[in-house]
Amino acid sequence: MSSMLKNALGWMDDRFPLSKVWNEHLAEYYAPKNFNWMYYFGSLAMLVLVNQIITGIFLTINYKPDAKLAFDSVEYIMRDVEWGWLIRYMHSTGASAFFVVVYLHMFRGLVYGSFKKPRELVWTFGMIIYVALMAEAFMGYLLPWGQMSYWGAQVIVSLFGAIPYVGEDLALWLRGDYVISDATLNRFFAFHVIAIPLVLVILVFMHIVALHAVGSNNPEGIEIKKHKDDKGVPLDGIPFHPYYSVKDLVGVAVFLFIFALIIFYMPEMGGYFLEHANFVPADPLKTPEHIAPVWYFTPFYAVLRAVPDKFLGVVAMAGAIIVLFLLPWLDRGVNKSIRYRGPVFKAAIVAFCISFIGLGYFGMQPVTAVGTWFSRFFSLIYFAFFLLMPFYSNIGQDKYVPERVEEK
Amino acid sequence: MKKLSMVLLVLFSSQLFAAGGHIELQSARIDLDNKASLQRGAKYFVNYCLSCHSAKQLRYSRMGTDLGISPELVELNLMFTGEKIFDGMTISMRPKDAEKWFGVNPPDLSLIARSRGSDWLYTYLKSFYIDESRPFGVDNALFPKVGMPHVLADLQGMQKAVYKDVELEDGSIRKVIERLEIVEPGRMNEKEFDKAMNDLVNFMTYMGEPAKLERQRLGWKVLMFILVMLGIFYFLKKEYWKDIH
Repeated sequence: MSSMLKNALGWMDDRFPLSKVWNEHLAEYYAPKNFNWMYYFGSLAMLVLVNQIITGIFLTINYKPDAKLAFDSVEYIMRDVEWGWLIRYMHSTGASAFFVVVYLHMFRGLVYGSFKKPRELVWTFGMIIYVALMAEAFMGYLLPWGQMSYWGAQVIVSLFGAIPYVGEDLALWLRGDYVISDATLNRFFAFHVIAIPLVLVILVFMHIVALHAVGSNNPEGIEIKKHKDDKGVPLDGIPFHPYYSVKDLVGVAVFLFIFALIIFYMPEMGGYFLEHANFVPADPLKTPEHIAPVWYFTPFYAVLRAVPDKFLGVVAMAGAIIVLFLLPWLDRGVNKSIRYRGPVFKAAIVAFCISFIGLGYFGMQPVTAVGTWFSRFFSLIYFAFFLLMPFYSNIGQDKYVPERVEEK
Repeated sequence: MKKLSMVLLVLFSSQLFAAGGHIELQSARIDLDNKASLQRGAKYFVNYCLSCHSAKQLRYSRMGTDLGISPELVELNLMFTGEKIFDGMTISMRPKDAEKWFGVNPPDLSLIARSRGSDWLYTYLKSFYIDESRPFGVDNALFPKVGMPHVLADLQGMQKAVYKDVELEDGSIRKVIERLEIVEPGRMNEKEFDKAMNDLVNFMTYMGEPAKLERQRLGWKVLMFILVMLGIFYFLKKEYWKDIH
């Protein structure tokens, strides 16, 4: 039996590099042995991506991308389709879970210096994934055709109108109409189910290929490839499979527990994952009292609203995302991991986290004078964190960084 | 201190203000497991709401199955206008006419419990009071200037508003509603009416998401399964990793 399998594998390997790919990326891909819990979020992001694609396929089977039918077709899925409510909640909760996981994944990269040389491209591809994910989520949110879907899209697309000269035409081109309408719904549907998922899958592939070319970073920020045995295997590395594949299963189970808890007992998450106003069908003649994007966009929305001028606000919002791309070249610190960096950098990370969460909070609230001033303050810290990084990032770093992952 | 609390109020209670009315919400005490309450709620709903408001997402048949009412009984007691049992709860009033009569087209109520919240509905239904300046002679303390008449007046009776003066930050005095008082009793006393509204809102909450009971019943089994898997994965990991230091 096993010789038959071996023959089949040999036949395969002569025609397709199955064993080679398996070994290069799993069985003989050596990852540092000191990953901690923050290293779960990469594989979890892949899990959520698969969840979104599979539940998404089932949703498209019953969803109707038509302004007259869309809202009712979602309720049809919730009420008449067998297990439709479960599939829909897996998808809607999955959208928020995707951002939770991706934000934590990015935070991990930030504190352990995983974006630093030689991993600049891993970070860059990851950032493009993040931007694609935002486009994916934004367009997907229009599809249920509720009040928030409609007016959220109206607000965001009209932002493009603030660009001088070409803005209005650009917004018109994006919508396919003068307001968000059936035409917009159709094209957003096309982008949401085909164009962007395709781009996402390709980008995830490139992200992983780039990572496996340079090797994984770790909480100590040590390059394990510096110390290899005579066979060329890093001394502090262990094969990804089976060690990290079984370890990631633990993370998967913990994640699924929380995921299921939300799906079955709080799918609306108090209005943060599914906004209350989105249970009212889209009405182009009735603007809701308070339009807020879903929570994962609110930090950037707060930056937008913090600036008094609309065009400059759009510039600031775009800038808040662009500075993230520049991170590998802004950080001048020699040591990678936060464990061996200076007190100024550590304090800056804390200030950045507080301002990011603060912006997220105020981005959800209706505009108030106090809220606007807080948003301005947090926006300043946000930008200062990045733009001043070349000056403060190398202050007071630890002189000694261990060469090897120390044995416990 | 007063200033600080004002700041906090502005910061954190925005949703409260956004709702329009300024009265405190009362708990609807939702219990979707109480079938008798849901059945009574269904009765109130078809009798008092379903002539002006539709609930088109809910099929009569689904309601019968979920509430434990046989199709014959549903047709006999809850269907009045010749629909088929698999139809959604629609109405025959045309939106154009409705707009002429009420100023607005009464919204479909299928999902109202999900957009407004159960407590909001419960409080709203109890908050009509006499206001002769309004077209139907009533206003609502939670939803001022609402276009809806007090359809439950024969059950609740009529209430009048008792006002009190409140001093605002800038020193001006404003009249706000302190409480509502029954002035003409209806067929029910206050306790009976509260219970009836409990039942009605309970039913409307069910109507917003008929799968809710099913998901809650299934949920803990899924969670238990995941916990068992977590245990297995944890020991699997320990076993694999015992040689790694």
